[in-house]
Amino acid sequence: MAENREFFYRRLHSLLGVIPVGIFLMQHLVVNYFSTYGPDTFNAVAHFMESLPLRIGLEIFIIFLPLLFHAIYGVYIAFTSSPNSFKFGYFRNWMFVFQRITGIITLIFVVWHVWETRLANAIYGTEINFDLMATILSSPFMFWFYVIGVISTVFHFANGLWSFFVTWGITVTPRSQVILTYITIGVFAIFTYMGISSLIAFAF
Amino acid sequence: MAEENKTIKMIIQRQDSPDSQTYEEEFELPHRRNMNVISALMEIRRNPVNAKGEETTPVHWEMGCLEEVCGACSMNINGVPRQSCTALVDQLEQPIRLTPMDTFPVIRDLAVDRSRMFDSLKKVKAWTPIDGTHDLGPGERMPESKRQWSYELSKCMTCGVCLEACPNVNSKSNFIGPAALSQVRLHNSTPNGEMHKSERMDAVTGDGGLQNCGNSQNCVQVCPKGIPLTTSIAALNREATVNSFKSFFGSDYNY
Ligand code: SF4
Ligand code: FES
Repeated sequence: MAENREFFYRRLHSLLGVIPVGIFLMQHLVVNYFSTYGPDTFNAVAHFMESLPLRIGLEIFIIFLPLLFHAIYGVYIAFTSSPNSFKFGYFRNWMFVFQRITGIITLIFVVWHVWETRLANAIYGTEINFDLMATILSSPFMFWFYVIGVISTVFHFANGLWSFFVTWGITVTPRSQVILTYITIGVFAIFTYMGISSLIAFAF
Repeated sequence: MAEENKTIKMIIQRQDSPDSQTYEEEFELPHRRNMNVISALMEIRRNPVNAKGEETTPVHWEMGCLEEVCGACSMNINGVPRQSCTALVDQLEQPIRLTPMDTFPVIRDLAVDRSRMFDSLKKVKAWTPIDGTHDLGPGERMPESKRQWSYELSKCMTCGVCLEACPNVNSKSNFIGPAALSQVRLHNSTPNGEMHKSERMDAVTGDGGLQNCGNSQNCVQVCPKGIPLTTSIAALNREATVNSFKSFFGSDYNY
């Protein structure tokens, strides 16, 4: 493996983006969607998630460390490319650029989001519930910051899922890749809808 | 023929030596029927006078076959990387802008150094060894359908257009680029070439290899030979995945 270090890191980066980070993202958006059922339902579901056994371990090994590696290596990948979509304006080339731009936006968003919620809870004992989100999102600036953050995160996930299938050699032919494009557009639409609905439920 | 006085305008990016400054020079030359970019450049070479009427040095470029099989004459023509020998002047918007491909170091004017590509071909062993210390005899026959498929891959002329279009081939990365990867597919596919498959796969997953592909898929859009580059890359990805599963806990597989 020593001589294939770059290969290993790149594949690890691709894997971690989907498993576990992508799976966590989907779970997170589903849980948040309960906010549209009302504060009590959301609080109950959030409380259930909080009371999962070995929570700290799960958070560190399934979310934090994989996310940290994915983010750091991803920034390196983004900055070693030289985007040229204005010169070669093909669909996939635009996706290539957006994947890198949304990667950076998502990183900023997630750092802020984790700071405001999970870390605030760990450091200041802030309680994580419907009211916390409602307070944060009552500021229009924060609301729009979250809207952009959610769209960017979901895009990065959906388009990353597309690359994941190519990177692991699952979709090889152009046709299978086109079909996958439609499927990932569906993934993007569904989770964006869920994410934005939750934000609206929290804020209004 | 009644088309005298028609002229063509060209703006050419010039550079006198590998590390000197670039500058633009405009040319205006008499139009002839069925001209291509190379015959226009030849006209400038014959009469090296720029649009201001000043005597200048002839523009330097590379060419070989003049029929889009050697790949030497690639350059950016109105911003699109392609072969100048098959770029017909009448189909181009004027003024025609010529610049060297910027992924590669410029030798002079429009001629670039594509060593990066040839080094990559060496790195991935993009050839089939057929000489030994003794006569190895004729190779095994190949199914016709497979031969036809691999013939498409063999059309690559190392022209560099796919590397020019690739956002991940640049001075910050050592990515070998799509052309060499597809050649690995080609040479792994023949009965004789297959014998060296694992060496090639090693090189392909080594530094600067396959994993650097970011799936922008520009290469397949721009390749003048219509080579299914992204299919080759995805197929190699699949092979690398299978290999890595096979030897996940180590293996004695080395052939
Ligand atoms: S793959 Fe196509 S674009 Fe790339 S070097 Fe070969 S012929 Fe040129
Ligand atoms: S001169 Fe050979 S490809 Fe143009």
